[in-house]
Amino acid sequence: MTPLLEVRGLRKHYRVAKRGMIERGQSGVVRAVDDVSFVLQAGQTLGLVGESGCGKTTTARSILDLVPADAGEILLDGRDVRPILAGTDRTAMLAVRRRMQYVFQDPYLSLNPRWTINEALREPLRVHAPQHQRDWDGRIAALLETVGLEPRNGVRYPHEFSGGQRQRVGIARALAVEPDVVLLDEPVSSLDISVRSQILNLLAALQDQLGVAYVYISHDLSSVRFISTHVAVMYLGRIVEIGAVDEIFARPRHHYTAALISAIPVPSPGAVDRRVHLRGEVPSAMNRPTGCPFHPRCAAALPICREQDPALQPMGPKTQAACHNPA
Amino acid sequence: MAGQLAPLLAVEGLKVHFHTRDGVVRAVDGVDFQVAPGQTLGIVGESGSGKTVSSLALLRLAPPPARIVAGRVLFEGEDLLRQSDKRLAQIRGRRMAMIFQNPATSLNPILSIGQQLTEILRWHTGVSRQAALDRAAELLALVGISDPAARLRQYPHELSGGMKQRVGIARALLCEPALLLADEPTTALDVTIQAQILDLLAELRQRLAMSMVLVTHDMGVVARMADRITVMYAGRVCETADAATIFNAPQHPYTRALLQSMPRIDHSYSGARRVLPSIAGRPPDLLHAPPGCRFHDRCPEAAPECRRVMPREHLLAPGHSVSCLRRGSPGEDAP
Repeated sequence: MTPLLEVRGLRKHYRVAKRGMIERGQSGVVRAVDDVSFVLQAGQTLGLVGESGCGKTTTARSILDLVPADAGEILLDGRDVRPILAGTDRTAMLAVRRRMQYVFQDPYLSLNPRWTINEALREPLRVHAPQHQRDWDGRIAALLETVGLEPRNGVRYPHEFSGGQRQRVGIARALAVEPDVVLLDEPVSSLDISVRSQILNLLAALQDQLGVAYVYISHDLSSVRFISTHVAVMYLGRIVEIGAVDEIFARPRHHYTAALISAIPVPSPGAVDRRVHLRGEVPSAMNRPTGCPFHPRCAAALPICREQDPALQPMGPKTQAACHNPA
Repeated sequence: MAGQLAPLLAVEGLKVHFHTRDGVVRAVDGVDFQVAPGQTLGIVGESGSGKTVSSLALLRLAPPPARIVAGRVLFEGEDLLRQSDKRLAQIRGRRMAMIFQNPATSLNPILSIGQQLTEILRWHTGVSRQAALDRAAELLALVGISDPAARLRQYPHELSGGMKQRVGIARALLCEPALLLADEPTTALDVTIQAQILDLLAELRQRLAMSMVLVTHDMGVVARMADRITVMYAGRVCETADAATIFNAPQHPYTRALLQSMPRIDHSYSGARRVLPSIAGRPPDLLHAPPGCRFHDRCPEAAPECRRVMPREHLLAPGHSVSCLRRGSPGEDAP
């Protein structure tokens, strides 16, 4: 079966000037996204997790060409859409964009403060024109209801809404053009804890209803476990482990995944401490260690880990990890 | 174990109001809690619950327009709210010290690490510059910073976020305070660094026999760190108990709902219908705080009286207090 979305060998490197007396004028390379590949089927959610700077947001933005990638293929129903997104044929570009939409982390910054909610939702309808103009008002009202807002409040401005309500608007705006894939970049991180579960429930219900696929970016592994069918763990621009969510959370094979999961304090006092303690901090993406980029922090590192960069290999029926000495 | 010890810190009836152009925001509206020697109290709540303002008010650090309008903060036998500014300056950083949420903004960018650490030490103890530098280096080593002598000459921008927070912790511990206030000390950090900092705080608390007030919105963090937990909502305390009771037998409807609404990393959600029990609505606007119980409009158990009468904290069992009319709390006397 041709997957709905397949990302193959996605790469985004940044050239940056080095600082300091001796190296001034030379440039270094930040490998923000390095050979990232994954597959997403309709109705599934891929959780993209990792610490800040691991490349998860750059990956999502490159998929939509919001950040132009250096290399790789973005296959939508088996067809590479990266040249179309980067190309000059606006009609073709819009046709692809309509199918892949983005929800931003901060709904306040991603809504125009001078537009009413109705205007914000009219914009994607105007740009993509999936329907006749006379149907727009009805569509906007239906969208607001879908995300749990009163259609009569559509005449209000973003500042009149709470964070949770604004994120509902952000979701409605992404859904306005009936996309097949929605990229959700930390959609609940800026919300109060008692409101987060409302938005997570909404996202789950919308997926069940519409069959839309999600790429869910988050550093909050608990919400990833809730919303995702699959999970990809990123470290320094690479996917180090990927597969079915329950298998990876129950038995992480990459030592970074294990450390990441065990670093989350579980809300049960006196829970058995089975934590994998990590030494040091994430190295700069500019000075990626040789061999396995995780080896300087890994307790299970072997001599080979210093020399040879491991590739993703099957670890179970539904998981892959890039590790010479898996757990 | 709590309760028998005389508290190191006792906060009674604390009220901190913000006098704004639009009216009075009752950010902290009658809050009580205690911390025994050697104990860690976790104060949990959402943004706007008053947890940060409460902790800042202990040292009278809540910035204007915040005004402490009532209450007592009894610490080592003194009411800090009634001491002179001079006396308070002697206590801050020496007997009660603070770690801030964002290490990037709580360190002075134009002073070296050494200057920032020695200034505090010399101000409080009047030791020589060299003695202060030695002590600062000792503290940096204690918080797990390698090559402390070299770090003392560095500036904050040369350090990573995790390192800066370690410096923030070292700074707070310079004078061996009896009580450490930590306001979201790991929220700005990545999870693996958060785990390192929490390990460090747990170890230091043991080693130095310190008390700690840990303010956070993260239930996981308090489960790991706190002996006792105070749950705040909209400027009021809902429930206080030892950590195990809060998690295993919570009584206040808000505590229960909050715990249930969080997805759990140790649960599988595949197969089942993915629905989290969620709390409808959102926290109230404290400019127009609802009458009665602050939680009543979101509470699954609210009775008509909850809309009118504000519940007062009462003891449900030894060491376990709750503010809820449905759990037998008496009503608050009219102000």
